[in-house]
Amino acid sequence: MFGAGGGTNSYREMEETNLILLWGSNARETHPVMFLHMLKGVRNGARLVVVDPRRTSSVAFAHRWLPVRVGTDIALANAMGRYIIHEGLLNEEFVREATEGFARYREAVEPYTLERAEAITGVPRELIAATAREYATAPRAMICWTLGITEHHNAVDTVFSLTNLALLTGHVGRYGSGLNPLRGQNNVQGGGDMGALPNRLVGFQNVEDPEVRARFERAWGCTIPPKAGWHLTAMYDAMEKGLLRGLYVIGENPVCSDANATRILRLFQELEFLVVQDLFLTPTAELANVVFPAAAAWCESEGTVTSSERRVQRVRKALDPPGEARDDLWILQQLARRLGREWDYPDAEAVWNEVRELSPLHRGMSYRRLEELGGIQWPCPTEDHPGELFLHGRLWKRPVEGPRAPFVPTHYEPPVDEVNEDYPLLLTTGRRLYFFNTGVQTALYGAPVPQEEYLVLHPRDAGRYGIAHGDRVRVSSRRGSVEATAWVESTVAPGLCFMTLHFPEKTPTNVLTVDAADPKSGTAEFKATAVRVERIPRERVPAEATREGAP
Amino acid sequence: MTREVQAPLVTVEVDDQRVEIPEASTLLQAIRAAGKDVPTLCYHPVLEPIGVCRVCVVEVEGSRTLVPACIRRVEPGMRVRTETPRVELSRRMVVELLQTSVDTSLAPDVQRYAAEYGARPERWQPFAREGFRTRRAPKVDNDLYVRDLDRCILCYRCVRACGEEGQSSFAIAVAGRGLGARIDPGFDLPLPDSACVFCGNCLAVCPTEALVPKTQFEMRRAGTWDERRQQVVTTTCPYCGVGCKLNLHVQDNRIVKVTAPLEDPITRGFLCVKGRFGWTYVHAGTASGPGSEAEPSTPAGTL
Repeated sequence: MFGAGGGTNSYREMEETNLILLWGSNARETHPVMFLHMLKGVRNGARLVVVDPRRTSSVAFAHRWLPVRVGTDIALANAMGRYIIHEGLLNEEFVREATEGFARYREAVEPYTLERAEAITGVPRELIAATAREYATAPRAMICWTLGITEHHNAVDTVFSLTNLALLTGHVGRYGSGLNPLRGQNNVQGGGDMGALPNRLVGFQNVEDPEVRARFERAWGCTIPPKAGWHLTAMYDAMEKGLLRGLYVIGENPVCSDANATRILRLFQELEFLVVQDLFLTPTAELANVVFPAAAAWCESEGTVTSSERRVQRVRKALDPPGEARDDLWILQQLARRLGREWDYPDAEAVWNEVRELSPLHRGMSYRRLEELGGIQWPCPTEDHPGELFLHGRLWKRPVEGPRAPFVPTHYEPPVDEVNEDYPLLLTTGRRLYFFNTGVQTALYGAPVPQEEYLVLHPRDAGRYGIAHGDRVRVSSRRGSVEATAWVESTVAPGLCFMTLHFPEKTPTNVLTVDAADPKSGTAEFKATAVRVERIPRERVPAEATREGAP
Repeated sequence: MTREVQAPLVTVEVDDQRVEIPEASTLLQAIRAAGKDVPTLCYHPVLEPIGVCRVCVVEVEGSRTLVPACIRRVEPGMRVRTETPRVELSRRMVVELLQTSVDTSLAPDVQRYAAEYGARPERWQPFAREGFRTRRAPKVDNDLYVRDLDRCILCYRCVRACGEEGQSSFAIAVAGRGLGARIDPGFDLPLPDSACVFCGNCLAVCPTEALVPKTQFEMRRAGTWDERRQQVVTTTCPYCGVGCKLNLHVQDNRIVKVTAPLEDPITRGFLCVKGRFGWTYVHAGTASGPGSEAEPSTPAGTL
């Protein structure tokens, strides 16, 4: 955000803010312990407003729910922006002194009247207006979001539509005010920090900046390609064209987790060479030419991860890994050696010290300090720096320190996969409390609910298609079809249905999803797939055979 | 910026020692500030005090009754005595009555106070009416945790951790009265049919193993639970991006329990179901796994 890829606030600020706008996130189930900080804020008097197409378990704790139609968030945010401008609720001083591009933003949001926004988003105009007013007038306000914002073909624009609201009202760069993407995995943030992005080196430094590159080239004794690489979606396109023929996958199960799984499976099968490094022989690993069995990074090896509040914290080795499983660092160094490079890192701390040399954001974070302080939030440039609670305080210096924060005008575009007569329902996907992603980690621990995929469906649609709660159904999209069990309830609006990707063995949900992706982030539109649903007729089972041991 | 406003100080005397402490502090805080201590059972550092167990009582000059230190606020000039015969008699009786009514053999604090105050629970036996000692079988109705209510001292810690001071699920409460009082998710429902979301924050605060992870319960039964052979290693949870610190309790190169350090401001000791129980996969396919020997070599969901 404004040059650094991380949430601007800390969890403790959620306890002392006045308004939390939870947008496209069911944090109660997906970030349960962070949600406790939000609840503490609510008990301290904060308002909680949830924007979500589903009436989720987070909504149960909210003061207000904006039941936005899937993929219409930009229209909602722009209407809020327009209302704030027209009602004179914007922070004029902040807009004038700390931002740029306001005139173009004002022009861009002008068509988004409350009436038009209600027609597009399905959210009653009074609720849009009331939320805009509350957000603009709250002394402190935070916007927190997750994949409901970023798993769209226009994800980056959707994020901009939210950052525009924060700039308009000055709700960024202060304690209790900011913009926070809640990270879905324990080291999504850290992966980005470490440069596991196609256009960044360690510490979010631009790979296309010759000075940055020169510094890394000196440290590493090699030449770094001067152009940004491919993001995930671009890699698949390159595989399609035969430009990318070999792949090394570490700790990911894309055959199950990526959109349009049938295509992904074909692309993986067509690869000339595939290496997979994982704890388990996942469906992706089964396709590999070589599998490196890896140690579990959080309990069988040493290192660091970075959380959603930019806190770098230690993971530690508690167990010896089973069998021939090895530490990721060991595997990578052995591989480098076979490729003719002597990487000599005796341990994870040695790698970390190199990170500190190359990344100003991390420079002050020695292992000793991480230990003493229980983790440190970047940026932490020196060894006497405590780390930053919140980012972008510079925007409140007068004159503003560094570049002004830009408004980025955005426009609503409907989801790519169109609902029509053949595919009359919109499927959105997400997570459930007890499970995680493709289920590799959560299939065995004895979750107290059935290990089964449900299609959540509104009673009106269930009635229309002759489906009863508990029926087996076939769900089909333009790309494929899967089976699931119908779960009929009104937490989804008529026309909307919901599934997870937790049980790909029996229900490979991503066979359905569309691989239309955001051109900038490369993230696919998992949140909007046009589907149709049909009841699978029950097989007639003789009554005496229904239950073993029944009288 | 934050609400760390310095509160005015109040002076109190603890066993003739003067202590200055912010007003609105509790007597327990004042006692600890004076370098002394009193026993506690229902008190828990991350929960609000409720003063139900009465083991922390002290004498306050001018007060007719004994005063629970955990919940009573300091007042200027208060004079507190923490170790009088009256106080010690009362604490001894509280411990003896607990020992008489439930199984406190796995409650280390109760054991310690019993030794400290010379508890002789057997002296209450002649007074025990029929039904005084309700022996209840452990309830094993899910794979994650067990309710062994025969060990429950009704300290309410679990109820509070499940309620608004913690998880905010409000899944359990005290049902029944008198000798029939018990922790219950409503209508004696099995946990999977209740509002419980299996975060296990109730067992994290339970002082008696009345609520206990199933792994620990089973290892105790098999005689293999041995805390002297366990190491505790602090790491970060492998699931979502919140970054909860986990304490892995490891015995013989196997995780046997996961807790969260109370002093971590991110969790305050509270976790979710995946963080507390979702570690089993680490041992998938290895001999004497946490489930059965017949476990598949990879999780079923991945094949």
